[in-house]
Amino acid sequence: MSVLEQVSQSLLYPQGLQHRDIEQVMNHLLSVPADLADIYFQSTHFESWQLEDGILKQGSHSIETGAGIRVVAGEKTGFAYSDRLELPILLEAAANVKAIIRQGQSRQVKVLAKNDSTSLYAPVNPLTSMADDEKVAFLKNIEQQTRKLDPRIEEVMISLVGVYENILIASQDGALTADIRPLVRFNVTVIMAQDGRRESGSMGGGGRSDYSYFMQQDRAMAFAREAVRQAQVSLEAVEAPAGTMTVVLGPGWPGILLHEAIGHGLEGDFNRKGTSAFSGRIGEKVASDLCTVVDDGTLAGRRGSLNIDDEGVASENTVLIENGILKGYMQDKLNARLMGVASTGNGRRESYAHLPLPRMTNTYMLPGPHQADEIIASVKNGLYARNFGGGQVDITSGKFVFSASEAYLIENGKITRPVKGATLIGNGPDVLTRVSMVGSDLELDTGVGTCGKEGQSVPVGVGQPTLKIDSLTVGGTQLA
Amino acid sequence: MPEHNSIKSNKTVQTQEQIETLKNIVQDLLNEAKKQGATAAEAGLSVDDGLSVTARLGDVETVEYHCDQGLGVTVYFGQRKGSASSNDLSPESLRETVSAACSIARHTSEDPYAGLPEPESLATEFPDLDLSHPWGLSAEQAIGYAIQCENAARGFDPAISNSEGASINSHQGIRVFGNSLGFLHGYPSTRHSISCSVLAGQGDQMQRDYWYTLSRKAEDLESPVQVGEKAAERTIKRLGARPLSSRQCPVLFSADVASSLFGSLVGALSGGNLYRKSSFLLDSLGQQILPEFVRIHEQPLLPAALGSASYDAEGVATCAHDLVTEGIIKSYVLSSYSARKLGLKTTGNAGGVHNLIIEPGEMDYAGLLQEMGTGLLVTELMGQGVNMVTGDYSRGASGFWVENGEILFPVEEITIAGNLKEIFKHIVAIGNDVDYRSNIRTGSVLIAQMAIAGEA
Repeated sequence: MSVLEQVSQSLLYPQGLQHRDIEQVMNHLLSVPADLADIYFQSTHFESWQLEDGILKQGSHSIETGAGIRVVAGEKTGFAYSDRLELPILLEAAANVKAIIRQGQSRQVKVLAKNDSTSLYAPVNPLTSMADDEKVAFLKNIEQQTRKLDPRIEEVMISLVGVYENILIASQDGALTADIRPLVRFNVTVIMAQDGRRESGSMGGGGRSDYSYFMQQDRAMAFAREAVRQAQVSLEAVEAPAGTMTVVLGPGWPGILLHEAIGHGLEGDFNRKGTSAFSGRIGEKVASDLCTVVDDGTLAGRRGSLNIDDEGVASENTVLIENGILKGYMQDKLNARLMGVASTGNGRRESYAHLPLPRMTNTYMLPGPHQADEIIASVKNGLYARNFGGGQVDITSGKFVFSASEAYLIENGKITRPVKGATLIGNGPDVLTRVSMVGSDLELDTGVGTCGKEGQSVPVGVGQPTLKIDSLTVGGTQLA
Repeated sequence: MPEHNSIKSNKTVQTQEQIETLKNIVQDLLNEAKKQGATAAEAGLSVDDGLSVTARLGDVETVEYHCDQGLGVTVYFGQRKGSASSNDLSPESLRETVSAACSIARHTSEDPYAGLPEPESLATEFPDLDLSHPWGLSAEQAIGYAIQCENAARGFDPAISNSEGASINSHQGIRVFGNSLGFLHGYPSTRHSISCSVLAGQGDQMQRDYWYTLSRKAEDLESPVQVGEKAAERTIKRLGARPLSSRQCPVLFSADVASSLFGSLVGALSGGNLYRKSSFLLDSLGQQILPEFVRIHEQPLLPAALGSASYDAEGVATCAHDLVTEGIIKSYVLSSYSARKLGLKTTGNAGGVHNLIIEPGEMDYAGLLQEMGTGLLVTELMGQGVNMVTGDYSRGASGFWVENGEILFPVEEITIAGNLKEIFKHIVAIGNDVDYRSNIRTGSVLIAQMAIAGEA
């Protein structure tokens, strides 16, 4: 059975909706001269399990179903949604949203079933992929093993989250596309105490898969060991330095640098409106020759990957920066149309109750020529930042921050003492021009990223090899 | 705001009828839980509808009609607990949601601290908190206000070069909550806002800022023109911003960013973080954490205030009380669960605080700048950078450099750092320039000294 048929069976038919009903709503929308129109059907099944104090303390389950209806003319968008999938309600919503457009030539479309052959992830339901008893036993086992890792552990908190999402998109050209998106996430946090000092460590990961992912290759325990290691390091950390210095970023999750420093600034909406520090700069040099950065939604099983985006466009591997030159923006349909380019499959929305926006998928830098240890050895005095929390950017001024949670001093080419967490701040349009060495050790993050924009959260991925930035401001407390 | 709802009385009747309908659904959920074998249960339901309109460059950009509903149920089988939620209010969905919660409760562990609140802690009085003032705004009117607001911003000064637009938002909703101890109550509330964000400058010298007004009553909002002009004024002041060199200096948090400091205080005093030993204020009850002149209290029953509620997320009566008196921690922020874990009594704070008031001092904003003399005025913070376990604080900041009480130039691309325990201890003054748009109401806050990291 095709994915479209599978999704229709779970999302539409039980509500008494057929493809011809979608056609009727779409034709109602297209009674005004719209540039874009779509109807987005979604159902999301979510569960989470939380273990703390050595007991399985909480579990929750939720189901959300609804449809969002949008019509766009030029820069104008009308939008309404409903959590009831009933034809009269959808027709009424369509009547409301199309009021934004002046009357004009109407159109009729035939809904055409279209199937995308790409399959970056299996259409599995993580919630039912494993019996609840097994989920509980698995979590308890990880907890017991984690506690044995260090006698200084005071608290262990473990969470397991699964999402099973079915979406179906009808567009104004008559296309009907569907996707089934699983997403799982596992996380371990430990609190450790020593001599009256208390520190935490946290690690997790996941992707578009079912829970068996965590049992393969010892992944869950590897996350637990990493959480404990981070807390151990933090217990030894001294005050972080304050000031501008050479910073070496480790591979993987530190790629949040790219997400904040350049990723958001290269989203189509800001550039169409001219509000980004990168507006109008295609073809300009915005990074050192060593830097090639892509946004790639086509990686199998990754947290940020999508078979199709939330406008039904197949996701792509989009080159953002090639050998230091700005090559392109990430686009959804609305902004691509207004800028006279094609969508890059980056139209994403948190749910049917939100409008699509240009958003990142998996954003990473390609590997370079240097060895990680050679990069460290080249630094006389600086900071080596291995792990990060979150970040933020002001896309207009270009200023961005990201907060290191595990960092070390580099002294005379050697990693020495661990330092406390500190926020790093820089200017997006020039931080990558100061990248003087790029490692060969590209890593993607373990699958933990959630990006917020205009109040909408979507799962994303980041990655990079070890990078050396010749000067970046480190927000510690120890003044030189 | 000029717009007034002339058919309020009629609406009130409709709202009362709707609340009764929704109460029946909550009662059905509780009955269903009992039928499926739960020994205790609590259930909540909310419906919200709203209108959001954005105008940009003088014309309407988006019109969004919001309509959300959701129900949630928590069941107990003895000391085991399970929760489930759905956005489908149909009878089949109620049964399935309860069944999902029961299924989870079969797998969770016995937890001696789990359960509904103590019956005597539940709210029994429900004063009218004046939270519901529907605006009755049409999409056309909202578009008109949004355009007016954005025009005021764009026309404010030739330096305004671009716009992210102006938005009008109006939401109204009903919340109903009940439990198997016989608690069942619902109330309507509204929330309206106007916001505007514009740009000034060109190329790599662009700046952006915004302003917003937020209230339960449309007539208490600042006018669209005021909002637009303030957004423009704030944006222009940022032009020419530059980093500082690294230094130690006094820091003045403007009122709208100072609330985040007290948000961290609330986090550190929250039962959940305390029993998980994930707070830098463990065992702080009775300890002097802030200077003697600081009083922080919760006022949950203020009429028409943004955080007002006569009961918390589990039906426990809220009450006016001090969290901090003369700088000493007088109360944690507890739900009935975290209270039991800590051997204390619930403070009616399941779901958070309700109107946290940082008692204002004598000085106004200009007085605080004078008091600081030379230092950094912070008007925007970036990133998360707060470690709740250790209190370590390091965040991106922008604002203004101040000398002799006068603003000299705008500052950006710097960080401010310290430890929250030290930051709280070194509060020098709290202003009377209170920001009423937040559930945490504070004036600007002057800190004796923090570490600034900037250019070499």
